[in-house]
Amino acid sequence: MSFYPYLVAVWLLVVGAFGIVRSRNLIHAILCLSVSQSGTYVLLLAVGYQWHAKPPVFGEPATHPTAKVVDPVVQAMTLTDIVVSATVTALLLALATQIHKRHGTLDPDELRQLKG
Amino acid sequence: MAPLAVAVPIMVAALIIMVDRRLPRLAIDLLATAGALADVVFTALILHQSASGRVITWSAGWKPVHGLSVGIVLVDDPIGAGIALLAAALVVLALVFSWHYIESEEGHYHCLMLLFLAGMEGFALTGDIFDMFVFFELMGAAAYALTGMKIEDPTSVQGGMNFGIINSLGAYIALMGVGLLYAKTGQLGLPQLGRALAHQPRSELLVAAFVMLMAGFLVKGAMAPFHFWLADAHAVAPSPVCVLFSGVMVPLGVYGAFRVYWAAFPTAIARPDVSRAFLALGVVTAVVGAVMCLEQRNFKRLLAYSTIAHVGLFIVALGLLTSEGVAGAAIYIVSHAGVKAALFLMAGVLLARYGTVDEAELHGRCGDAGLLRWLMPVGGLALACLPPFGTALGKEISEDAGSAAGYLWVPALFVAVSACTGGAVLRVAGRMLFGLGPPPEEGAGQTSGDEEREGEPLRRIPATMAVPILTLLGGALAVGILPGVHAAAENAARIFVDSGGYRNQALFGTAARLPAVHEGGWSLSGVLLGLLSAGLALGVAAVGIWSRPITHHFPRLLDWGRRPLSVLRELHSGHVGDYVAWLMLGLAALGGLLSLPAR
Repeated sequence: MSFYPYLVAVWLLVVGAFGIVRSRNLIHAILCLSVSQSGTYVLLLAVGYQWHAKPPVFGEPATHPTAKVVDPVVQAMTLTDIVVSATVTALLLALATQIHKRHGTLDPDELRQLKG
Repeated sequence: MAPLAVAVPIMVAALIIMVDRRLPRLAIDLLATAGALADVVFTALILHQSASGRVITWSAGWKPVHGLSVGIVLVDDPIGAGIALLAAALVVLALVFSWHYIESEEGHYHCLMLLFLAGMEGFALTGDIFDMFVFFELMGAAAYALTGMKIEDPTSVQGGMNFGIINSLGAYIALMGVGLLYAKTGQLGLPQLGRALAHQPRSELLVAAFVMLMAGFLVKGAMAPFHFWLADAHAVAPSPVCVLFSGVMVPLGVYGAFRVYWAAFPTAIARPDVSRAFLALGVVTAVVGAVMCLEQRNFKRLLAYSTIAHVGLFIVALGLLTSEGVAGAAIYIVSHAGVKAALFLMAGVLLARYGTVDEAELHGRCGDAGLLRWLMPVGGLALACLPPFGTALGKEISEDAGSAAGYLWVPALFVAVSACTGGAVLRVAGRMLFGLGPPPEEGAGQTSGDEEREGEPLRRIPATMAVPILTLLGGALAVGILPGVHAAAENAARIFVDSGGYRNQALFGTAARLPAVHEGGWSLSGVLLGLLSAGLALGVAAVGIWSRPITHHFPRLLDWGRRPLSVLRELHSGHVGDYVAWLMLGLAALGGLLSLPAR
């Protein structure tokens, strides 16, 4: 596997964090958080990937137990990660709608009640 | 037994959601408390068993053959089981306190508390690094929801948002570290990782993975500069939830970081490098927390900063990377949890009675608070490490560990920080409950974020509120008084730092039994240093109460001191973007500290 997926993974993590830093809207910030998390998907899948390998499904005549397959563990981890992400994103978006209802704004620069 | 400790709260939570509408509130309360009590029993049994060797559970019976395994393992040593027991006990007391405190008719709150408990139990008991991430996020998601639970309250949802974004970002950074470790070793279990890394030379990839894991866990552990979310979340979350945040969730973050270090990395990354990084950042955390604590007048926010200061002390004690340091931190964490939880519950009582916990607004108004008039000063002194509270014993052992490692500034730091945080609590108690000092000036407002009172003002303190407070303070006292606590902590700490034993017992079922220590306890210097910090705390409180007339005559002195303080306060801006910037900066700082050549 080449080096590029790892660069992409780190880039996504950093650019997502940068997006939150610069964000003027909490919905945007939450989506930036999802962008950051996409970095972890790319990293995990890149770790388990092999060129010319088959999907990790054994028992078919096509896939002998000794055949080269991509790593199923990281794929399972990525799925778990996606589930976690869905939960957290949904929860944060729900909080964002409440913030909009109560404050009338989603701009973090105008939400200055928690200070000091 | 260990899987039950995770599964039972989840099942009870599901049950509560199912029967929520059909049962009265009292039944829900009893059901939830019973679920948490079951966890107390499970974790106490695990703790008892683990004293004679770690409790190893291979889920679904996928045991290793010749040290090779495809299964997922739970490895429970006394420290892990102990913090799991602490979590379960605090949840029970918080739920009992909530009987009269939380007024909603529905069971969402109880359900979230139990899910939170399940996350904490899983995080403490697992021996698998990816499981740690999953449970980290489970407790995170439950905690964000609990923080933002009062959706009518504007600051509550905002605090939940800041908390959620920072902690999730931390979790993703930790997951990147997990991915890198897996890429390097092909393993996820801590015992297998320890075995794979035992003979690896130090490499940049390993350092990067370590830094990411530490940063991720220490975001929850509120180490500076990752600590900003903590005060916002504590100020707005319901008081019984703060008990869990300060008492056990934040220490669990620290526990996770050091568990991973001791199980997987002790030979892969040079010990002086790691120690230096943690000592440096621990000192910064302690100082920032103590200074900000003195600056607060919202009582809950003040307690939150005191937690940050104490977490700094825990990180210093654990960062010594000796078993004595671990033993001191363990005792300190348990007794701090008792004292801090009791103080948060007192804040809850004040809020339920007077509708605010602002020091200036309540100046002299709480003279009729009954029991609290005595308990709050006691809590302040216990936080300032007055012997024979367990906080003083933990402080003494940590100080001795620091001096033994050649860091003579450690006792001074511990005394100063406990005096500042205890003094701040005593100051608030003196002004609120006894009306000491001049009345506050109008318009000197600086509060930010407050929990809102539920329903009617509380007339008298019901037993379900008083008993948890007394139990918690009594627990903190018992840790200091009971004989054998020191020896037990020392033995547990030796097992915690025994990396070889950890992997050998998990993978091969064999581990050399460590020689047990039987003595230990108070020393004269420890008692004197405890009395010193309690005395200094009284001084800090007195200065806080009566300083205004003095500084009135020296305005320039005041200005000179105020400027750096106001800069520090400006940094705690409540802006989520700023917090993320600090998180990235902290990640870089941790990486830098670990990559610098050792002395």
